[in-house]
Amino acid sequence: MIFDYTVIWENLPLYISGVGVTLKILLISLACGLALAIPLGLMRVSKSPLVNFPAWLYTYVIRGTPMLVQLFLIYYGLAQFEAVRESVLWPYFSSATFCACLAFAINTSAYSAEILAGSLKATPHGEIEAAKAMGMSRFKLYRRILLPSALRRALPQYSNEVIMMLHTTSLASIVTLIDITGAARTVSSQYYLPFEAFITAGLFYLCLTFILVRLFKLAERRWLAYLAPRKA
Amino acid sequence: MYKLEVQDLHKRYGSHEVLKGVSLAAKAGDVISIIGSSGSGKSTFLRCINLLEQPHGGKILLNNEELKLVANKDGGLKAADPKQLQRMRSRLSMVFQHFNLWSHMSALENVMEAPVHVLGMSKKEALEKAEHYLNKVGVAHRKDAYPAHMSGGEQQRVAIARALAMEPEVMLFDEPTSALDPELVGEVLKVMQDLAQEGRTMVVVTHEMGFAREVSNQLVFLHKGVVEECGCPREVLANPQSERLQQFLSGSLK
Repeated sequence: MIFDYTVIWENLPLYISGVGVTLKILLISLACGLALAIPLGLMRVSKSPLVNFPAWLYTYVIRGTPMLVQLFLIYYGLAQFEAVRESVLWPYFSSATFCACLAFAINTSAYSAEILAGSLKATPHGEIEAAKAMGMSRFKLYRRILLPSALRRALPQYSNEVIMMLHTTSLASIVTLIDITGAARTVSSQYYLPFEAFITAGLFYLCLTFILVRLFKLAERRWLAYLAPRKA
Repeated sequence: MYKLEVQDLHKRYGSHEVLKGVSLAAKAGDVISIIGSSGSGKSTFLRCINLLEQPHGGKILLNNEELKLVANKDGGLKAADPKQLQRMRSRLSMVFQHFNLWSHMSALENVMEAPVHVLGMSKKEALEKAEHYLNKVGVAHRKDAYPAHMSGGEQQRVAIARALAMEPEVMLFDEPTSALDPELVGEVLKVMQDLAQEGRTMVVVTHEMGFAREVSNQLVFLHKGVVEECGCPREVLANPQSERLQQFLSGSLK
C-alpha cells in the first residue's frame, strides 16, 4: 500500500475549513450547554422533589439515549410536523448547523449538570455553615461560596466532558455538515482513499485534543491552586 | 442591659432531649466559658444561638432585640424573618472547631468576604480591615496562602480574624482549640486572651480549663442538658458543689 498524501495535501483547505466548523459547533454547544447546566445542576441538589425531579428526568432521558438518536430526532424528526414547518422557528430547525448545535448543547448540558451536581454535593459542610453563620443569604451562599468552589472542583471532570464533546461533534457530518469528519468523508468518497482521509481527520482531532488538554491544565493551575500540594 | 440573652432553650433530637431549658446572659465585656463532658449539649447550645441548629423552645435576644421564631412541621423553631436572622448572625460571629475556612479563597479573601458581601463594605475598606485583623492575630505574613497550605493554628487564627472583621457584638467560639495539637493550642488561646482583655463579649465552649479559669469571668457547667453549676470560674473550679462537676474536674484538673 502506498500512502497517497498528495490528495490530502490538495484537500487541506477542505480540512481546515472543517476544523473551523468543528470548533464553531463545539464552542456554541459548550457555551449553551454550560449555561443550561448551571441551573440544572442547582436543581439536581435541591431537597424539594418538585425542583429536583424535572432536572433528574431531563438528565436521565438525555443521558439514557444515544446522541445520534437525539440528533436525528431534532433534525429529521421535527420536520415531520406541519406545525414546526409552518412556525417562525422553521428557518432554524431546517438548518443543520442549528440542529447540531441544539442537540449537542442539550446533550452536554445533561452531562455537565450531573458533574456540577456531584461537585456541589461534595462541598464541605463546614464551609456552608460558616457562610450561614456570617449572615449570608441563600443567594449569596450559592453565588459566593457554593458555585465558585463547585465549578472549580468540577474542572478536571469537565475537561473530560469537553474532549468527549469534541469527538461527538463528528456526528454533525451525518446531518450534512462538512466538519473535520465531513471533510474526510468527502475526500474518502471522491478519491476512494478511506485510510488516508480518515487518518488525517484523526490527526486533526488529536491536535485539537492536545490543545484542549493544555488549556485545561492552565485553567487548573489558575483556579485549583488551592488543592495543589504546597509549594516548597 | 445584656448584649446576648438566651432564655430557657430546649432542643431535642427525636425523643432524646439534649437541652432541657438552658439560659445564659452576657453583658458587654463578659467572657463566658461553657464546659461539660461530650454529649452534655454545650456545642448544640452554642449552635442554637445563631440557629445553625433549630431549638424547640426558648428565646434569643441580641441587644434586647428578640429573634422572631416560628415552629416548623416537626416542632423545631426557625427564623420567622430570614432577613432578621441574617442581620443577627452577622453581629454574632462564630469560630468553629474545624476552622471552616472557605478553601477556594486565600486567607485575605476569607477575611474580606463577609464584610464586603454581607455588610456591603467597600473593597478598599474591607482590605484595610482584613489586613489589620490578620496582623492582630499574627498571620499577616500568610495572607495570600490558601487554607490547605496553612497549619491548623494559622487556619484557626485566620478564622478568628474572619470573625473579627465583622466587628460583631458577641463572638461565639465552638471548641476552637480541640482540633489542634498541643503546640498550636497556645497561639490560638493567646489571641483569644487578647480579645478578652480588649473587652470583647465572648461565649466560649471549651475543654481548656486554664482558659476557663484565667480568662473568663463566668463559667457554666452543662450536664445532660441542664446548667449544673455556674458562677465565677475561680470559685466554681476551686470549690465545685455538685458531685457531677467534682467528678468532671477530677479527670481534667491535675
